[in-house]
Amino acid sequence: MPTGWSYSATERARTGAFDLEENAGAIKKFMFVNRKAPHGSVYALEGLEVVLISAAFDQDVSLAFLDDGVYQLVKGQDTKAIETKNFSPAFRALEGYDIEKLYVERESLEARGLTEASLMVPVEVLAASDLAALMAGQDVVIGF
Amino acid sequence: MLHIVNRSPGERSTLYSCLRLARPGHSLLLIEDAVYAATAGNAAADAIRAATRTLKVYALAPDLEARGMKGAAIEGVALIDYRGFVDLVAGCPVAQSWL
Repeated sequence: MPTGWSYSATERARTGAFDLEENAGAIKKFMFVNRKAPHGSVYALEGLEVVLISAAFDQDVSLAFLDDGVYQLVKGQDTKAIETKNFSPAFRALEGYDIEKLYVERESLEARGLTEASLMVPVEVLAASDLAALMAGQDVVIGF
Repeated sequence: MLHIVNRSPGERSTLYSCLRLARPGHSLLLIEDAVYAATAGNAAADAIRAATRTLKVYALAPDLEARGMKGAAIEGVALIDYRGFVDLVAGCPVAQSWL
């Protein structure tokens, strides 16, 4: 049943796994940049899942929230009436995965009438220029 | 005529296109991420307030609740549920969804 192609794919996967092992000691700075509101598209939920997966790889992970992404952290979300999964409580679980660096852009909060008190988890509110400096210092930046 | 907008004004310009072309007496229904436009302090809130002078403006309450924003809804915007949504569509000869 296995063709030559699938053997080589398996081989590649094996080599890839070996490479991962070899680089196991290297810790990179990952920043996940969240810019979408939580329930109108799948980006916020998918992004959060990738963040949780990344926690398993012992990397230096931080999350940035800007533009409509700041809405992801708003307290009191209740999706019962729209019959979708309310994934917002998962932000409170991030601490348990040692993901504690949550940055929120001040300008984005202000443009939406929100304050730190509107948010469900402790965050560091930063001016755009400070957030930009943090972003520029990352090894990997992944946007959702 | 009923205009339905579903995108956040922070992400797309559909709300502003709709407001530019809606005529006095028309209805505007904000659903999904567009409900953020009708919350206090949002950059689009002034445009919505101005629109309430000539349009009947509605926002879908279940979408505000999902986003934790029901308490922030601005005055002059009527909050409706799914039944109200259906009544609104049924009561308007033409509905345009601004996708």
